[in-house]
Amino acid sequence: MTMFFNSLRLAIRSTLANKMRSFLTMLGIIIGVMSVIVLVSLAQSTTSSITSAISSMGSDLLTVTVTDEDLTLDADDYLDLEQYDSIAGVAPYLTVSSTARSGSNYTSVSAIGITGEYMDIAGLDLESGRAIVESDLDWRTYTAVIGTGVAGDLFESYDVIGQTFTMSGHTFTIVGLLSETGSDTDTQILVPLTTAQRISDSTAITTAYVRAASTNEVDLAQALTEYKMLQLTQDEDSYTVYNMSELLETMDDVMSTLSLMLGGIAAISLLVGGIGIMNIMLVSVAERTREIGIRKAIGARRSHILMQFLIEACVLSILGGLIGLGLSALGLRIFTIVADMTIAIEWRAAIVALLFCVVIGVAFGSYPAAKASKLTPIEALQRN
Amino acid sequence: MLRLEHIFKTYYVGDETVHALDDASLHIKPNEFVAICGPSGSGKTTLMNVMGCLDLPDSGSYVLDGVDIAECTDKELSLIRSEKIGFVFQQFNLLDSMSALENVELPLIYQRHSQRERIERAKLALDQVGLGNRMQHRPSQLSGGQQQRVAIARALASNSRVILADEPTGNLDSKSGNDIMRLIDKLSEQNYTIVLITHNDDVARLAQRIVYVRDGRLFDTLEEADAV
Repeated sequence: MTMFFNSLRLAIRSTLANKMRSFLTMLGIIIGVMSVIVLVSLAQSTTSSITSAISSMGSDLLTVTVTDEDLTLDADDYLDLEQYDSIAGVAPYLTVSSTARSGSNYTSVSAIGITGEYMDIAGLDLESGRAIVESDLDWRTYTAVIGTGVAGDLFESYDVIGQTFTMSGHTFTIVGLLSETGSDTDTQILVPLTTAQRISDSTAITTAYVRAASTNEVDLAQALTEYKMLQLTQDEDSYTVYNMSELLETMDDVMSTLSLMLGGIAAISLLVGGIGIMNIMLVSVAERTREIGIRKAIGARRSHILMQFLIEACVLSILGGLIGLGLSALGLRIFTIVADMTIAIEWRAAIVALLFCVVIGVAFGSYPAAKASKLTPIEALQRN
Repeated sequence: MLRLEHIFKTYYVGDETVHALDDASLHIKPNEFVAICGPSGSGKTTLMNVMGCLDLPDSGSYVLDGVDIAECTDKELSLIRSEKIGFVFQQFNLLDSMSALENVELPLIYQRHSQRERIERAKLALDQVGLGNRMQHRPSQLSGGQQQRVAIARALASNSRVILADEPTGNLDSKSGNDIMRLIDKLSEQNYTIVLITHNDDVARLAQRIVYVRDGRLFDTLEEADAV
């Protein structure tokens, strides 16, 4: 144990003695560890925010999308589905991309034309004010329920009920504010479906949410929806019916593959960093051949020399790893502030990256260390 | 203490064959102070490498303090170098990155002593060679004579009873050289077995016995040696 601490002390001293060289050697490891931690953390945070957005809508939700542009289905075609017991509600909707303005502020938004049932079915809650109701649809009122992101962009405040903004040449009055979800609903503006049809100059509706009566009846509801759509379109290629839980699974698969891939790419840069360490350790052995000879002459065993160089390689890689970890934490904190998006450090990735550093230190340090330990004392002493 | 019998050691340098040790036999008793004297290239450094277990002979037997070196593993040879032999080299061979004290501590690290004991013994050894006031200096901050005294202190600290000195005055001016030789002479009165390797007859005369080396062979008198 004493031997170990002596080697450790010696390794730290020799690392500090060549600060610049040590730093450059560690740079490969630092960048490698940083890219592993940052990329995996980013991928994980994105996944979890998307996943929570989807699952907040509920796993008993189906989405219907008509892909054939020549079909002109109207709201009633979809609402027909409500006749089935296993379907609790249907919400046809229409998305219009537009720009909302208020005074000198403006922001790009998705204006969604909705029916009175939409917010219930899509799982949206109000922060304040009221929802879009049937009479809004009947009268084609220019009323709107807006997301918190839109409120912030246009009015820099959440106190927006009764305020007005212009969009697509009309002035809308805000009647409600949606609760913040952290997903894309924050940047949406909900308007009456009939109003949306007027401003987009089209009555065709291509999207709808269908909520099953219970999670057990999702499959039945999906079959009925598909049957109904086939009846309406006469072409099974012109529409799709998604099940949210299926979507969620696909999403999870894609994201975990993605983060594994990103981690793998980052791991390659760690490997390159390891080769840098081996290179420097070989130089160090060559430079210190005489020292090795002296140590051997005064009683150092092969294992002592081996340990000395191995620990030195490990100190370099672990120190690099720790610096990389510190910089990733700092980088993610800065990213959080700048991009206004909470990215939590992915601790599993951090631990794996640090363990990988130890492995790299041992793996790439052992060849130079073995080379040093095998020198015979006179061979080492005679070299200058 | 050291018993070498019919030692052969041959080097091949290119096409040339060098008989560095040619049937060398030597017996050194405990507490004896022996000088090994010969011109450069006569094989005296090879003799010291063999005696110091830094190198193994091609053939012949070498028994050090009752241990047959030919039977030893690499690990056991390290242990012998650590506990039985103290080296003093012509180039001092100190580690430049360490203070005098740490250099003297070094053999004690490999003997696995506690830090407290190491420092205590290293200080004692440095006092013994008259460098008690230079302990924190780096080798580069010391004169040649002082560096050689640190090297001697390093040999003393390890508690080895055999001191092998290879041209210890070779890199020193005559005054420092004399100081070092006085120190070695003093050690020979203190229970150390000393083997001094030199090409300088004046230095060799301090020893109780002189062995002459010519072309890898050992002789007891200068006349025999010169007859070769």
